[in-house]
Amino acid sequence: MLPIIQKSKIWYAISGTSVVVCIIVLFLWRLNFSIDFTGGSFLAIEFSQGRPEAQNVLETLKSLDFGEAILQNAGEKGINMRFREIDDVKHKEVIRVLKEKFPGAEERRFETIGSVIGKELKTRSLWALGAVLLFVLLFIAWSFRKVSRPVPSWQYGISAVITLFHDVIITLGAFSALGHYLHIEVGASFIAAILTVLAYSVSDTIVVFDRIRENLFKMRNVQFSDVVNASVNQTMHRSINTSLTILLSLAAIFFFGGESIKYFALTLIIGISIGTYSSIFLASPILVTWQERRKKS
Amino acid sequence: MPIPLPHRKPIKRVSPISSRLTLPLTAVLVFLAACYAHPKLWDRPADFLNARVFKKISWELPHFKKTPFRLGLDLQGGTHLVYEADVSSIVGSAGDALEGVRDVIERRVNLFGVAEPVVEVNRVGDRWRLIVELAGVQDVEEAIKQIGETPFLEFRKPRPEEETTTLLEELKSPTSAASIARTDPYFVPTELNGRFLERTEVTFDPNTSAPTVSLQFDDEGARLFENLTKEFLQKPIAVYLDGAAISVPTVQSVITGGQAIISGNFTVREARQLADRMNAGALPVPIKIVSQETVGAALGSESVAKSLKAGMVGFLLVALFMIVWYRLPGLFAALALVCYVVLVLFVFKLVPVTLTLSGIAGFILSMGIAVDANVLIFERMKEEFKKGFGFSQGITEGFGRAWPSIRDSNVSSLITAFILFWVGSGVVKGFALTLIIGIIVSLFSAIFITRSLLLIFAGTRAEGWRWLFLQSPNVQTQMSNQTQSPNVRGI
Repeated sequence: MLPIIQKSKIWYAISGTSVVVCIIVLFLWRLNFSIDFTGGSFLAIEFSQGRPEAQNVLETLKSLDFGEAILQNAGEKGINMRFREIDDVKHKEVIRVLKEKFPGAEERRFETIGSVIGKELKTRSLWALGAVLLFVLLFIAWSFRKVSRPVPSWQYGISAVITLFHDVIITLGAFSALGHYLHIEVGASFIAAILTVLAYSVSDTIVVFDRIRENLFKMRNVQFSDVVNASVNQTMHRSINTSLTILLSLAAIFFFGGESIKYFALTLIIGISIGTYSSIFLASPILVTWQERRKKS
Repeated sequence: MPIPLPHRKPIKRVSPISSRLTLPLTAVLVFLAACYAHPKLWDRPADFLNARVFKKISWELPHFKKTPFRLGLDLQGGTHLVYEADVSSIVGSAGDALEGVRDVIERRVNLFGVAEPVVEVNRVGDRWRLIVELAGVQDVEEAIKQIGETPFLEFRKPRPEEETTTLLEELKSPTSAASIARTDPYFVPTELNGRFLERTEVTFDPNTSAPTVSLQFDDEGARLFENLTKEFLQKPIAVYLDGAAISVPTVQSVITGGQAIISGNFTVREARQLADRMNAGALPVPIKIVSQETVGAALGSESVAKSLKAGMVGFLLVALFMIVWYRLPGLFAALALVCYVVLVLFVFKLVPVTLTLSGIAGFILSMGIAVDANVLIFERMKEEFKKGFGFSQGITEGFGRAWPSIRDSNVSSLITAFILFWVGSGVVKGFALTLIIGIIVSLFSAIFITRSLLLIFAGTRAEGWRWLFLQSPNVQTQMSNQTQSPNVRGI
C-alpha cells in the first residue's frame, strides 16, 4: 500500500506551487482569446498553386484598409488570417482581391463575430463554470448525506470543489503559456473542454470518496486517515486505467482528428491528466487534513 | 465458499438462464440498430439472398430504411448567420414578432432550395436573435442579400401633439438629442405591420396612372387597419418601409376589408420589386447581421474523413487496452464498446442529432469514458475473487459493489453535461448533447451487456479458466492470510 495520505505535504507543495505559478502566468500573459470571445473576423484561404509569402499577402490586403491583420500558416498550402469584424461586402472584396493577386486561392472558412456576442460568451462561460461548481458541491453533499462521521458530507463537496479549482487554474495556466509561446487560441470549444475536465475530475474524485464511504462502514475501528489511504490505494488502479483509456481516445483525436479539434483534444489531455492526479493526490488528503485540524481545535 | 458478511446489502443475482435469454435478444436489437445506422449491413446480404435464393420463389427481401446522418455546417460546408432583431419599437410581444420574422425568413430561405434550413429564434437577456443555417450554400453573398433585403413594413400613427412638441424641443438640446435621435417625433408604431400581409400587387393610380402598391391584409390585419382608420379619420397615418416613411396618406374614410394602397413616387420597377419582396414576406421587425460563419464544402468532407479515422484509431486503442489488461472480460468490454458505438450512432440518427466536429470529438472521447464502468467493475471483480468468492458470485459482487460509484460518477458527469447544454451555444451544445447520449448509452452497454456475456460461462467448465477471468491462481493462501487481519482487508 502506498503511503499517499501520509505524504500529503509533498502533494500540497507540488499543487500549491503549480497553482501559484499558473496564477502568475495567467496574470502576466492572460489567455490568447480567439475571435469567439473578442469579436472579429477569421479567414482561412488555401492556395492551391503554392502558398505566397505572408508579407506579400499583407501588402495586398493593405489596399483594402481594414486595419491590422494577423497571418498564420496552416497546413501545407493554407494561411489563416485574423482581423477586425468586417461585413459581407468587405469580405467579398477581400476574396476577390486575393483571387486576383494569387490565382488558385480558395476560401475554406470565413467567420465574423460581433464583439457583443464575444462578451456574451465570456459571461455565459463564467456562469456555466459557477453553476457546475455549485451543483457538484450540492450533489456530493446530498449523495454522501448518510456519512457524517468523522467528516460531514458537505466537506466531501468542498474538497471536490477545491480540487476542481486546482484543475481549472492549472489547465488555464498551461494554455496561457501555450498561447504565449505557440499562439494557441482559446475559443468557444475550450469552454466545453474545460467543463468536461471538471466533469471528469469530479467523477474520478467521487469514485474515491465512494470507496471511503464504503470502507467507513466496514473498518469501524480504524483511523480515518488509514481508511482514506486504503480507499485511495484500492481505487488507484481504476483511476489510472480509466484515464489511460480516455487519453488513448484523445490521442487519436489529437493526431488524426485534424487541425480544428487538435487543441480541443489537447485541452482535454492536459486537464484530464491533472484531474487524475488531483483526485488521487489532492481530494482525499484535503479531507484528512481538514479532519485532523478540526480534531486539534 | 465465501463468508457471509452481515454489513453487506444482499445483491440481486441474475440467474444464468435469464442471461442466456436476454443475450440473443440484445444481439438482435443491436443488429437492427446497426442496420439503421448503416443500412448497407442489411442491404448487401439481402441483395445476395434475393439474387441466389428468393428469386426462385419470386419473393424479395426489402431494403432497410435509409436515413442520413444530419451533419452540421462544419462537416458539410455551408453558412451560419446570426441576425439581431431591433425590437425597440415593437408594440406587443417581441417573441411573437420574432416568430413572425422566423416564418418569413424560412419562406425566403426555402426559395434558395436549401436542403434543411435551420432558422431559430434565440433570446439572450433582452436581445433577440435569429440564427439561420444554410447547409451547402455556396453563394453566401446572394443568400445574405436575399434575406437582408426583405423589407420591413409598418404602419405608424401620429403622436399626440404635446409629445411631438416636447420631443422636438429635446432634439434641439445637444445633451438629450443623442439618446432620442432615432425616435420619430411625429409618429409612433402601431401593431399593424408586414406580418399581417396576405398579398401585395402593383396597381396604377386611376387619375395619375402612377404605379402604386396595393396591400391586402389578412383578417386580423384588416381588423387592425379598420380600427386605425376609424381612430385617425381625417388624420395622417404613415407607411414606413425599413424605418423610413414612404408615404403619409390622410385617412379619408374608415376602410373595412383590409385593403390599402401605398403611393410613394415609385417607378414601375421599384413598385414591382417592392410587391415581389413583400409577397415573399415582409418582416415585422428590422434585423441586422451580427455574425457569420462560412465553411467550404472541401474542408467539411476533409473533416469528416479525419474524424472517421480518429474514431477508428480511438476505438482500436481503447479496445486493445481493455483486452490486454483485462483478458476475457476485457474482450467482452470491447464487444460492449462495439454495441455502444452502434447504439449511439443509432440514437444520433433517430433523434436526429446534428453532428458537428466538436460533437464527434465528444463521441470519440465518450468511448474512452464508456469503458470506465467496465474498468471499475473488473477491478472490483478482481478484489472479490481475491477474497475467495467463486465465479458467478465474484462477478455479481463485482458488479453490485461497483454500482454506487458508477451511478454517482455518471450523475455528476450528467449534471455538467446538462449545464453545458443549457448555457452553451452552437459548438458547445452539440458537444454536450453527444456527451449526454454517450453517458446514458454507456451505462446500458458497459453494465448490462458485459454482465450478460460474462454470466454465460457461469456453471460451465469455462469457470476453470481462472487466468482468463482475472481470478487469482492462489486464492486459498490469500484467504488464510486475510482472515488473520480482518480489519484492514475488511472481511
